[in-house]
Amino acid sequence: MHVNFTEEELKFKDEVRSFFKDKYPSDIKEKQNKAIPLERDDFVRWQKTLYKQGWAAPNWPVEFGGTGWTAVQKYIFANENAKANAPAIVPFGLGMVGPVIYTYGNDEQKKRFLPGILSSDVWWCQGYSEPGSGSDLASLKTKAERDGDSYILNGTKTWTTLGHMADWIFCLVRTSSDVARRQEGISFVLVDMNTPGVSVKPIITIEGDREVNEVHFENVKVPIENLIGEEGKGWTYGKVLLQHERTSIAGVARSQYRLNRLKNKIKNSDDTQPSLTGDVDFMRKIGELEIELKALEYTELRTLAAVTVGKAPGPESSLLKIRGTEIQQRLDELFMEAAGYFSLPYVPNQYTLDSDPEDHVGFGGDSVSSLIYFNNRKASIYGGSNEIQKNIIAKHVLGL
Amino acid sequence: MDFSITEEQSAIKDVIARFIENEYDFEKRMKIAESDSAYDKEVYNFFVEQGFTAIPFSEEDGGLNGGPVETMLIMKEIGRGLVLEPFLENIILAGGILKRLANQHQKDEWLNKIINGEMQSTLAFTEPQSRFQLNDVATTANKKEGNFILNGKKSFVLNGSESDLIIVPARTSGSQTDLKGITLFAVKKDSAGIEMNSYKSVDGRSAAEIKLNNVSVSSDSIIGEIDNGYDALEATVDEATLAICAEATGIMKSLHDKTVEYSKNRVQFGIPIGGFQALQHRMVDTLMACEETESILLWAITTEQDDKSALKKAISGLKYQIGTAGKHVGQEAVQLHGGMGISWELDIAHLFKRLSAIEILFGNADFHMKRFIELSNV
Repeated sequence: MHVNFTEEELKFKDEVRSFFKDKYPSDIKEKQNKAIPLERDDFVRWQKTLYKQGWAAPNWPVEFGGTGWTAVQKYIFANENAKANAPAIVPFGLGMVGPVIYTYGNDEQKKRFLPGILSSDVWWCQGYSEPGSGSDLASLKTKAERDGDSYILNGTKTWTTLGHMADWIFCLVRTSSDVARRQEGISFVLVDMNTPGVSVKPIITIEGDREVNEVHFENVKVPIENLIGEEGKGWTYGKVLLQHERTSIAGVARSQYRLNRLKNKIKNSDDTQPSLTGDVDFMRKIGELEIELKALEYTELRTLAAVTVGKAPGPESSLLKIRGTEIQQRLDELFMEAAGYFSLPYVPNQYTLDSDPEDHVGFGGDSVSSLIYFNNRKASIYGGSNEIQKNIIAKHVLGL
Repeated sequence: MDFSITEEQSAIKDVIARFIENEYDFEKRMKIAESDSAYDKEVYNFFVEQGFTAIPFSEEDGGLNGGPVETMLIMKEIGRGLVLEPFLENIILAGGILKRLANQHQKDEWLNKIINGEMQSTLAFTEPQSRFQLNDVATTANKKEGNFILNGKKSFVLNGSESDLIIVPARTSGSQTDLKGITLFAVKKDSAGIEMNSYKSVDGRSAAEIKLNNVSVSSDSIIGEIDNGYDALEATVDEATLAICAEATGIMKSLHDKTVEYSKNRVQFGIPIGGFQALQHRMVDTLMACEETESILLWAITTEQDDKSALKKAISGLKYQIGTAGKHVGQEAVQLHGGMGISWELDIAHLFKRLSAIEILFGNADFHMKRFIELSNV
């Protein structure tokens, strides 16, 4: 029993670390460090950098452009990624629809869609939730009616993250209502966002940004070759997608990076005044968080160790999403608490690449802390709310 | 990275798990707990025969060279089976001091007998005023004509009334809470001037309040150096803390499993109560608490044993986790069992009581959180 890396793993770690040192674009790094929001172009440039290195899709099979990394290598990469404060991959193409296409798509679809996803030339968004179907996703009503070689789509998808930047959307749609179980009769289709009848309306979220959208389909004609797998089996494919999300969603490495940053911030009197290190209540909150995060880290390591020897992850893996998001949100809270009054000025555009820190309200990043806190309340809601996660664990792990 | 255990380690676990299943059921455990003696000698002898009592000692000392993994495996089963026999007191506490500091003569005289089960022993780690501060030692040892005269009180001495040998930290210099000036003495139970008030604790153990009234011991009974006993005392209690945390992990898992099982069978309002979402989510929470505790336990177990400050920090993190998550899991198990949860005749109550005792033993959650923060160096 040990948690040491092998010689090869250590070598790999060095390789990854020098990649981040040499290839991570300095302007994107500066934006990340100064809490300046990234543009679509920044994400694309960064993901193309990974693509050129052959590292765009650590989870994909090698034949489709994956890295062939072991679970430990993926873990090392995620850690170095977080330590470099590099952006996370935008998940909709590489993390979500890609695996569904290479698992359930036909050869034609794989050839047509996977290269664009891998190179980040084609941007995807997710069409799952509907205004009337949140946690109860199987109640979805967007209809796809067969008309010759096409489906005609009518309905509305919502909470579509980055839908306004996307070229394509993958959707769960109802192809049949005449079914015994509501999970049947749902199909997985790919829709070009430029198709006539598709319209995107912004939803402004709590922190004042446009991140999510409503996507309306009005008699949208979708060729039958955009159906993935079998008609009516979309629910199964959609669930597989959520499993791909599971292992990466905890965000352990990123939370560790942020915790260290918080510790440094409260130690440094340039970043906060007065120093909070003498505040026993605040220090206790940090201590508690550190222990929770340690629990999450070792839970992830246990999961990795199981996967590495070909075992299925045990019940421990089911807590990753719940605890991972809770810890992220706790960090958001503590950054805001550390900022004090300076979390309150609503000056979302004050940080730019050429703005002078002397002109900023508050210490570094303070004014963003509240916006991150508000925005990230989403973390325990998306991808199946934490309450839904508990329902799933109760049923599948506890057998209740 | 590897969390698997070796075949040898797996064999240890199997032997004790099988023994508890076949020979140490709840009824037997309760008989032992309610008997005058603190433990069952036959059961303890079985531990000796199987070599469990030799595990955490070096081969030179007549041990099996086991490490934290082996101790963890044994203690988890001890937790699950609510085993009362004084493995912790003899092997981890008294044995822990002796293996760290005793000279060859002392090892021959005492450690061998402890490993072979020929002698019972313990460590008197606390005093009435100390609470969880190991360095708060008011008991004094004054030199007189080549001997040392001990005066003071020791509290909650586990296995005290059964012990032939009690290791007593006493102050030979400095003021009451100085780290320097604590000396460890091996005191025989039948020494003149020892007054012992023994009792059972809420978790069915034997413990004692001990008064030392001018107890005279020779300088041969000093374990280690004069004034320099604190580090070994702290390291030993840390090792014991790790051990009882493994025990608590076993108890928590057992409480959680039994609660889930109970909820599948207990019918109210026409359905098993496990069908109610309000209860389902609470059992998911206790599952997560158990898994997180297991993860933190593995953190402490896999921390480099030579990296003293990292190890202390991990152990305090773990004890904090037991103090909070353990309390959560224990209270939920009782609550979800309803009236059955507060009945003496069910194991739930006794698992809960042992877990509650462990939460306090060697420092509660608050104590270890403070220590964790101090060691974090923020």
